[in-house]
Amino acid sequence: MRHSFIEWDEGWNFIQRRMNKLNRVIEGLSETPFDAEDFMMLYTTIYNMCTQPPPHDYCQQLYDKYKETIEQHITLKRLPSLTEKHEEFMLQEFVKSWERHKVRVRRMSHCFFFLARHFIPSRSLTNLEEVGLNCFRELNLRARVAAFSLIDREREGERIDRGLLKNVMGIIVEIGTEKMDAYKEDIEAHLLKSSGEYYSRKALSWIAEESYMDYMVKAELCLRRERNIVSHYLHSSSEKKLVEKVEHELFEPLANAFKQKVSLEVKALVQQAKDDASSNQDFNGAYGMQEHVLVRNLLELHTKYLAFFSDCLIKNYIFHRALRDSFDLFWNGPVAGSLGAELLAAFCDTLLKNDGNEKLSDEAAEDTLEKVAKLVSYMSSKDLFIEFYKKRLIPRLLFDRSSNLEREKSFVTNLKQKLGGTFLTSRIDKMVEDMTWTQDNKTSFLEYLHSNPNVNPGLDFTVTVLTTGLWPSYKPFNLNLPAEMKTCVEAFEGFYETKTKCRKLNWINSLGTCYINSNFESKTIELVVSSCQAALLLLFSDADRLSYSEIFTQLNLDHDDLVQTLYSLSYGKYKILLKEPNTKNISPNDSFEFNSKFTGRMKRIKIPHLPLYETKEVIKEVEKDRRYAIDAAITRIMKKQKVLDLQQLFVECVEKLGHIFKPDIKTLKQRIENLIDRDYLERDKENHNIFKYLV
Amino acid sequence: MKKMRRSAIKAANKELERIDVFFNTYANMSSGLIDPEGIERLCSDVEVDHTDVRILMLAWKMKAEKQGYFTLEEWRTGFKAIRVSNKYALKKALPELEKEVRRPTNFVDFYSYSFRYCLTEEKQKSIDIDSICELLNIVLRSQYQAQVDLFVQYLKTQNDYKVINMDQWMGFYRFCEEISFPDLSNYDPELAWPLILDNFVEWLREKQTQS
Repeated sequence: MRHSFIEWDEGWNFIQRRMNKLNRVIEGLSETPFDAEDFMMLYTTIYNMCTQPPPHDYCQQLYDKYKETIEQHITLKRLPSLTEKHEEFMLQEFVKSWERHKVRVRRMSHCFFFLARHFIPSRSLTNLEEVGLNCFRELNLRARVAAFSLIDREREGERIDRGLLKNVMGIIVEIGTEKMDAYKEDIEAHLLKSSGEYYSRKALSWIAEESYMDYMVKAELCLRRERNIVSHYLHSSSEKKLVEKVEHELFEPLANAFKQKVSLEVKALVQQAKDDASSNQDFNGAYGMQEHVLVRNLLELHTKYLAFFSDCLIKNYIFHRALRDSFDLFWNGPVAGSLGAELLAAFCDTLLKNDGNEKLSDEAAEDTLEKVAKLVSYMSSKDLFIEFYKKRLIPRLLFDRSSNLEREKSFVTNLKQKLGGTFLTSRIDKMVEDMTWTQDNKTSFLEYLHSNPNVNPGLDFTVTVLTTGLWPSYKPFNLNLPAEMKTCVEAFEGFYETKTKCRKLNWINSLGTCYINSNFESKTIELVVSSCQAALLLLFSDADRLSYSEIFTQLNLDHDDLVQTLYSLSYGKYKILLKEPNTKNISPNDSFEFNSKFTGRMKRIKIPHLPLYETKEVIKEVEKDRRYAIDAAITRIMKKQKVLDLQQLFVECVEKLGHIFKPDIKTLKQRIENLIDRDYLERDKENHNIFKYLV
Repeated sequence: MKKMRRSAIKAANKELERIDVFFNTYANMSSGLIDPEGIERLCSDVEVDHTDVRILMLAWKMKAEKQGYFTLEEWRTGFKAIRVSNKYALKKALPELEKEVRRPTNFVDFYSYSFRYCLTEEKQKSIDIDSICELLNIVLRSQYQAQVDLFVQYLKTQNDYKVINMDQWMGFYRFCEEISFPDLSNYDPELAWPLILDNFVEWLREKQTQS
C-alpha cells in the first residue's frame, strides 16, 4: 500500500511544473495550450494529496504554497517589470499586469478548487480567489508613487492621462475587500497627507507673496481643481475628506495671518483710546468720548472685515472664528467679555437716547445699530451685553428718555434675528411691548377723558403700564398722593377697567416723573422731579414753612425715604428747599422753607435721583443666570445621555449654551459638584471621570 | 457528633452572653445604649485615647450608625466578628483590627465610613473644614503625612470652601493614592478631579515655585 501515497516533494514538483506551463501560456510564451488534460492532471494530483490519510494529507501545505507561488510570481516577475518603467508607462504596465493577474488567479484557483470544498470552509480561511487577488496589493506602493507624481503634475497645470489614473484607482478599489481597505490604506491616507503637504507649502509661499484677495482667488481655484480630481479619477468617497484637508491647509494660515492683522488693528484702536483718556489709564466701564470713539471705530473695523468675506465669496467658519477671536482684546474685562459688552451697550444708549450726544438721522442710526447687532452676534458673552443693554434700556423707557420707540423696537427685533432664538431677547422685547401698549392707548385714554368729563383731572398726564415680573421689582412707596395726583390715578383706573378684566394696577410712585411749574421770585422754572419730590413740593404751595414732623404725617412716607427725598431737594446743585438749621444731616427737629430766591439760567431743571447701575452687580446677576443655565443644560444632557465623561459633557454644554455664552470648564465642574450634592448626578465608582444621571 | 454540636452551640451562646455582659458594663441603663460617657470609660479601660483611630475602626467593625453611641445590636456584630468579649481581649485584639482595616480593600470602605460617621444631623451631607482637618489627621495622616499636612494647611488658608462633601473627601483619597507626590507630575486638571483639588494643586505649585 505504501507506494500509492504521493510524497510531498514528488507531488509539489509535479504541480510546479504544470503551473509554470500555465504561467507561460498566460504570458503568451508557450506554443502548446494549457488544455483540459493539463488541468485534469493538476486537479487530480491536488485532490489525491488532499485526501490521503494523515500524515500524508497536505491541505495546509498546499494552501500555503498556493499563496506563496502567487506572491513569488509578483515579487520576482511583476515587480521588476514595473520597476524598470516610469510614471505613465509604469501605470500602463500595472493595469496590464492586473488583467493577467486576474486570469492567473482564476485559473489557479480552479486547479486548487478541491481545497475550497472542505478545507477552507472548515477552517474559515480566506477563499482562494481573494488570497490571490490580495497578493497584487504588493504593487500598490509602486503604483501610488507614479500616480501621485501624475497628480502633482496635473496640479501644476500639465495635462495627464486621466483615464489611466481612473483605471489604476479602480483596480486598487477592486483589490481590497468590500470595505475598500486597500484603497483607503494604500492610497487615500497617503493622498490626504501628501496633498496636505503640497498645499501647506503653497500656502506658505502665497502668504509671503500675494495679497489677501489674490490668495483667496488662488485658493478657490485649487479647491475647484481638487474636486475635479476626485470626480475624474478618485473614488467619490474621498471628495469630502480631500476638500476638507485642502481647505484646512489653505485657509488656516490665511485665517491666522488675518487674525493677527485684525488683532493688531483692534489693539491699536484700544491703545489710542487709552492714550486719549488722560485721567484714567484703564477703562472701567465709565462711558466718555474716547470710549464712544473707540466703539465707533471698532464697529467700522468689524463691518469692513465682514464685508471682506462676502466679497471674497467665503462664508467659511474658519474666518468667522478668526474675526471673532481678533476682537478678544476689546471684549476682555473683569469677567471675560464684560468690558466690551458694557461699552457696546452704552454706545447703543447714545444712539437711542433722546439727549444722546449722537444726533443721527433715522437711516444713519438704523445703519449703525445694524452694525452693532452684527458685532454682538460675534460675541461669546452675549448674555452680558443683553444685561447691560437692559440696564440702560429701563431708564430710557421709564423716564421717557428714548428718542424713538420704533427705533427701540426695530433694534430688538434685529437682535432677536441675529442672536437666533428668543432666549436672551424675550425680556427686553416684552419691555418695549409694554411701552407700545402705553403709546397705543394714549389716544383712547384721551377720548375716554373727553367723554367722561366728571373724572377728568384737568392735568396733562400719561400712565405707563408695566407687566409684573418683566421689570426689576421696584419699591412701591408708601405715599399720600396730593389731591391733584389722586384724581389722575382714579381716572386711569376707571379707564383701565374698560380695557382689561381682572387686572389690578399697583402704583409705583418711586418711578413717577412730574413736571411742576414753580414760581420763583425772579422767574418761573419747570422742575422735572419724581412723584415723591413733587408731592413734597406741593405741600409748600399752601405753606411757606413746614417742620419735619408735619411733612412726615402729611406724606406718610417711611423715614428713610423721606430723608432721601428731602436731601435731594435741599442739598446738591439745586436747593429748592432751605433747611433750618443749615447742617449736613437731616434730623426730625429740622424745618424747611421754600427757597423763593432760587434762580437759574435754565427754564427746565431735572432733579436727579436713581443711580443707573453698578457694573459689579450686573456681572454678578449674569453669573447667577449662567449658573442656572449651566445646571439646566447639564441635567437636560445627562437625562438624555445617562452616562458621560467630563470632556463629552463639556463639549455638549458648550454646544447647548454657545449662543448665549461660552461656559468655562471650571464653572462647569463647580456646577457638576453642586448637582452631585443635590443628588442629580453621581460620580462613577470605578472611573472618577465619568458621571451618571440619577433619576 | 450530636453532643459536639450541642456543646458548640452552648459555647456560642455563652460567648454571646459574655458579649452582652461586656456591653452592659458600659451601657447607660436608662437608654440601653453606650453613650459618649460609656465610650470614654471603654477607652480608658483599654488604654487608648477616645480620638484614637482604633476606636473609629472599632465603630467601623460594628457598623455603628450614630457618632458617640453603640447599640447592643452593633456591639454584638462587632465583637462577634473580632471574637472578643472582655476588655483584656479587646486590648489585645486592637492591633490586629488595625492591620485588617489598613488592608487596601478594607481601607477605602473604612475611609468613606469615617466621613459618614461624622454626619450627625439628618440630611447633613457635608462636614465643616475644622472637623475635616481633624478627621484627616486621625484617618489618613499615618499613611500620607506630607499630603495630609499640606492639604490641611491649604484648607485652613483658603476662603472658597466652608465645608467638604463626600465627593471631595473621596477625591482626596484618590489623589493620595494616584498622584505622584510631591512633583504632581501625573496630575491632569483636564480630568474630573473635584475643583477643590485643582485649586489645591494650583496652590501647591505656587508654593513650590516660591520656595
